[in-house]
Amino acid sequence: MNAVLALESGASFVGRAVGAAGRATGEVVFNTSMTGYQEVLTDPSYAGQIVTMTCPQIGNYGVAPDDVESGRPHVAGFVIREASPIASNWRATGTLDDYLAAHGVVAIAGIDTRALTRTLRSSGVMRGVIGTGAVNPDDLVDQARAAPAMEGSDLVRGVTCTEPFDWRASGPPPGFALDPPRRAARRLRVAAYDLGMKRNILRRLDSHGCDVRVFPAAAPAAELLAMQPDGVFLSNGPGDPSPLDYAVANARDLMGSGVPLFGICLGHQVLGLAMGATTYKLKFGHRGANHPVKNLRTGQVEITSQNHGFAVDQDSVPDDVEITHRNLYDGTVEGLRHKRLPVSCVQYHPEASPGPHDADYLFSAFVDAMERPPSR
Amino acid sequence: MPRRTDLETVLVIGSGPIVIGQACEFDYSGTQACKALRSEGLRVVLMNSNPATIMTDPEVADRTYVEPLSWEYARSVIERERPDALLPTVGGQTALNLARELAGQGVLEEHGVALIGASVDAITVAEDRLKFREAMESIGIEVPASEYARSYEDAVRMVDRFGFPVIIRPSFTLGGVGGGIAYNIEEFRELASRGIQLSPVHEVLIEESVIGWKEFELEVMRDGADNFVVICSIENIDPMGVHTGDSITVAPALTLTDKEYQRMRDAARRIITRVGVETGGSNIQFAINPDDGRMVAIEMNPRVSRSSALASKATGFPIAKIAAKLALGYRLEEIPNDITRLTPASFEPTIDYVVVKIPRWTFEKFPQADRTLTTQMKSVGEVMAIGRTFKEAFLKGMRSLELGRSGRLFAADDDVDSGQLQRRLVSPNDRRIWSIFRALELGWSVERIREATRIDPWFLTQFAEIAELRRAAGLVGFRSLSAETLAELKRAGFGDEEIGAALGVGGNAVAARREEEKLAPVYKRIDTCAAEFESFTPYLYGTYERECEAEPTDRPKVIILGSGPNRIGQGLEFDYCCCHAAFALREQGYETVMVNCNPETVSTDYDTVDRLYFEPLTLEDVLAVVRREQSAGAEVSCIVQFGGQTPLKLALGLQGAGARIIGTSPDSIDLAEDRQRFARLLWDLGVPQAPSGIATSREEAREVASGIGYPVVVRPSYVLGGRAMAIVYDPGALDRYMAEAVDASPEHPILVDKFLEDAFELDVDAVADTTGDVVIGGVMEHIEEAGIHSGDSSCVVPPYLVPERHLRVIRDYTRRLARALKVVGLLNIQFAIRDDTVYLLEVNPRASRTVPYLSKATGVPLAKVAARVMVGRTLAEQGLVDDLEVAGVFVKAPVFPFVRFPGVDTILGPEMKSTGEVMGGADTFGKAFARAQLAAGQRLPDSGRAFISVNDDDKENVVPVARDLAALGFDLVASKGTAAYLRAHGLDVDVVFKINEGRPHVGDRLLNREVQLVINTPLGRESYFDDLTMRRVAMLYGVPCVTTLTGAAATVAAIRALRAETHAVHPLQEYHAGITAGSAGQ
Repeated sequence: MNAVLALESGASFVGRAVGAAGRATGEVVFNTSMTGYQEVLTDPSYAGQIVTMTCPQIGNYGVAPDDVESGRPHVAGFVIREASPIASNWRATGTLDDYLAAHGVVAIAGIDTRALTRTLRSSGVMRGVIGTGAVNPDDLVDQARAAPAMEGSDLVRGVTCTEPFDWRASGPPPGFALDPPRRAARRLRVAAYDLGMKRNILRRLDSHGCDVRVFPAAAPAAELLAMQPDGVFLSNGPGDPSPLDYAVANARDLMGSGVPLFGICLGHQVLGLAMGATTYKLKFGHRGANHPVKNLRTGQVEITSQNHGFAVDQDSVPDDVEITHRNLYDGTVEGLRHKRLPVSCVQYHPEASPGPHDADYLFSAFVDAMERPPSR
Repeated sequence: MPRRTDLETVLVIGSGPIVIGQACEFDYSGTQACKALRSEGLRVVLMNSNPATIMTDPEVADRTYVEPLSWEYARSVIERERPDALLPTVGGQTALNLARELAGQGVLEEHGVALIGASVDAITVAEDRLKFREAMESIGIEVPASEYARSYEDAVRMVDRFGFPVIIRPSFTLGGVGGGIAYNIEEFRELASRGIQLSPVHEVLIEESVIGWKEFELEVMRDGADNFVVICSIENIDPMGVHTGDSITVAPALTLTDKEYQRMRDAARRIITRVGVETGGSNIQFAINPDDGRMVAIEMNPRVSRSSALASKATGFPIAKIAAKLALGYRLEEIPNDITRLTPASFEPTIDYVVVKIPRWTFEKFPQADRTLTTQMKSVGEVMAIGRTFKEAFLKGMRSLELGRSGRLFAADDDVDSGQLQRRLVSPNDRRIWSIFRALELGWSVERIREATRIDPWFLTQFAEIAELRRAAGLVGFRSLSAETLAELKRAGFGDEEIGAALGVGGNAVAARREEEKLAPVYKRIDTCAAEFESFTPYLYGTYERECEAEPTDRPKVIILGSGPNRIGQGLEFDYCCCHAAFALREQGYETVMVNCNPETVSTDYDTVDRLYFEPLTLEDVLAVVRREQSAGAEVSCIVQFGGQTPLKLALGLQGAGARIIGTSPDSIDLAEDRQRFARLLWDLGVPQAPSGIATSREEAREVASGIGYPVVVRPSYVLGGRAMAIVYDPGALDRYMAEAVDASPEHPILVDKFLEDAFELDVDAVADTTGDVVIGGVMEHIEEAGIHSGDSSCVVPPYLVPERHLRVIRDYTRRLARALKVVGLLNIQFAIRDDTVYLLEVNPRASRTVPYLSKATGVPLAKVAARVMVGRTLAEQGLVDDLEVAGVFVKAPVFPFVRFPGVDTILGPEMKSTGEVMGGADTFGKAFARAQLAAGQRLPDSGRAFISVNDDDKENVVPVARDLAALGFDLVASKGTAAYLRAHGLDVDVVFKINEGRPHVGDRLLNREVQLVINTPLGRESYFDDLTMRRVAMLYGVPCVTTLTGAAATVAAIRALRAETHAVHPLQEYHAGITAGSAGQ
């Protein structure tokens, strides 16, 4: 079956349908990671986005239940160069094609994904539609133009959990995860805001010695503080941070409580806003597993997993906040730390999955912050 | 951190001659390193015995020593140059071993030379398998279970623990020489005893077999601040059990989940840290059990390697260059990424295409060799191909191999039964990939093939898809082939020829059809970042996609066609010439464009040319590049004379399609190859040629041969490296030859020449320009007599035994021929002198194998001169009027791969067998020859016992050799007949049994190290196997075995020179200054 990807720019690409039939609308972005398509599919941060994998052979190792980052795929659509007809891996339980179909993910294969990527790189990310079967590309272009923009919409509500729950460790087979250099001396209690959280964050916190209770994004700060956590975590998530007033307000309340705070990705942006900075949309975002980030405190360079379309504006960072990490590709802010309060956050993904484990030390640092006696 | 300031002079060690396991990838990495160091203002001293390299060009380093890579000569270099540091990580295992030896001998400490890039400890931990295992255990990384044996008895005792199959790995041997897999105790006994012998420290590792597991490599880098990056992951399609150099490999790894990949990355980081590579690149190999995911580390190389060259070409990340900078103290983030310019080198390349590397073997040269692939590398070259999908890259790679008919994946002529096929699949061999396609054609399931080969089903499924596409196209037929189907086939990577073969039409018909449909490849850039950032470097590959990024310019440009995969007869020397053409034309203001598919080379470094197309060297692929480059309206010229036969074969086709070929016209090239036209020309010119004829059938061959008189040299026309060339002495041998050779090359007739026995042979390289001026680069005298392929013969410049009157004739003939053939550019002529007459053997109006050697000896870059001539500069304009001279004596000696091919005879003949060459320079012939021998790995004895056994024809002439040896204090022993003859001439000689005569025989004496030199000329068929055994024993024990009388005389001269050897060394720059000084004085 044919499929067409149309962009708001008017361009369209004809390829073959993979996964579910139908139409999918979203912001078209690209990810340059060469491994981890299943993790990408199931990362809630991709809600509302049609993800293009620049790596041309996708689906080779199939899908496996341990490789999901949430309960289901969240991407709006999926674009690949060539889909594997088989799943070749001892852990695989099915093929990618079947998995996409089973979860209703509309996807297109066989198009010049590099041409598409170059378009997105030079013109910026844009809205697009994938349609399968006999579709008129012009109609799809119109549909893309009519789609809501990502800026200003709250996509978190669609992916956060509805009720608080305690995370019970379930992870990949032993040997796959890095052993932390040390675990917390006693099990620490962490309250986590689920803005669209990846499971590997929970697995890493657990592995570093934390028991985590996960809260819906809109839960008041007081509800989290009521469990007397050793620390509070703000997760990754989809879309634009600016409409998330409630989350920013909660973050401010938590900052006032003196409890150690740690945020990743959208959580970082929310903490940035709470500390007084502003955010803006990047032209084509950072999505991949190879971005160098410099830790400005140690001088070390980490190869990081990235997935964000918005960033904290470095000029807006207030004096009492230190920029701790920078992206060596474009100099954007990758990490912040409050100079007085135990608040730190990073734009990238120390939990990796997919991606390198270089930044796992940030979980250790969070554990250290929680174990340190309050300074005041 | 800026670079360290305590370094002023750095010594870089190259990898020496091209051998199996160490090829021109180290010229690529060494050249990059030298350039990087000099760009930092450092004084670079280079040592490498291989003259055919770009790195030994006198302008690449400040001082260039083409000397043997032994610690004594290295010490002399260190004493003269006083380097502050030694960079041992860009010259392969050879450089690491030499560095370790220099450290062990105390030379580094004595002269205060710091090792940069890798410490002795790191080298030792990585190389010594026991230490490596301990190191891995200490960081919790699993390795296959293993144990060391220092004696044969130990080994046999241990084997019970591991069961079969079991791996045997000798310590410290190059490319796994002497290693192997034993499936039973017999094989084990043989491998263990050979391995212990071959290991310089007489140790072997007995190791648990992980045969059949998936094999991966990571190319990683680390800087002095502990920043770590993976440059590339490589997956071996052939699972564990086949040396990675013999495996078809793919980048990136395609069957690893992110969790598996990151686990491997974490392990690699721990390994490079634990082994102690403080800065630079390493290659780390892993195996994964496909059934349960268990991962073990196999080995690590604390240096750049063949795989890192591949990784550099596959990603666009120049590993060796960055490694050199890291060794100076830079951090990764301080070094810019050349391709994106705006981003730093501290990142991990991500690629949006698939790269496939396919090895190329030359078993046809060694018919007795075992074609089974094991842990010991046997291939001599490789191709790399790039496509947007695996299928496309794989099919492009297959046609890049240039195997002609035997390279076709489908419709193999051989009828195999399923039992045979099963065996060919189970036991890895050089033809296994063809067997896989045969099995697919016969309807075998992927699962059945997987069981036999243990190849991951993902790859097999891709192969099955290729087979299915082809089958479906064949069913449709050419006439009803739709544009969509054609596009699908092209997109999958099929070449026009392959599609034509499937449809029963010629490739031309498919090309024409493609043109009608406007189906042409586009070119994508290799940019390290999957298009995330803009690329400033036109490093391109062709594919059938929507958008083209070639962006050709309107500058006048020259496309240089490279030489494709290394093989015996066409290797580094031709790549050297292609690079030089590029350098010269760039200086002349042309835009230079390279087309090549060999990842090991300098020519495929994106730095070498303005625009690089990494494409197969077929007419289809090259024409597409030409058309794309023409599309911007500029004048586009092609150069075909520097890359050996590969581009020459395309010359007429390119010209026919309207491409402009510069230099000697394709017609002249054809004239030189066309026996009849050429004989007429020689007749007109009055240049004598040995009687010759051509034949297309056995009867005709007999007729021609009897007319000429035996012995005759027979060979197919258009051959490379003496392929299928033989000297036959009688009609029976001729019949046997015809039966085989006609099969080898059916389109072309067989050439029959009178064989000039005992003639002196000479090679001439010259350059001619459009005005008819000719400058002779040099006359090189072969040390071995006629009948031995010129590529296998040692040679010397200036000639040492040829009278001046003959040299005058040779120079005169050369000029006449160059003018008659209207040569514009390089010309190589082979002459023979017999009975006081100079005969012409052959003319090649193109770059030859000896051009780099001669350029190094004379200090004049002949290939550059030729390239300038081809774009219209005259020789006079280039300041070249007189024939070139040398200051000193330079001997070129070949290097052979016999040690890797048990059972193969080491005797030389008209079929070329050497893989590489070295050069020895000195003030006398004897010294230069001795150095060349040492550089080629042959340490000549300065005393001891010499065994002599020669055929009757040689007996008379061996007497002076024997007398000289006796005078040098050697004890003489000989076979019965030779001994009698020598005694009759007053020499004191003991008789030793030949191998079939009784014991102790000469083999025993060799084993007991009682014979230090063997002189053995072939004795005819009956004693062939006897001699063969002796020659092999001699080779395995490192005893020089000279198989020609002229070689024996040269050896005696060398031994005499060795007595006075002081290890004094001179850089090329000094030799070349000597020529200038000499000519200034005239």
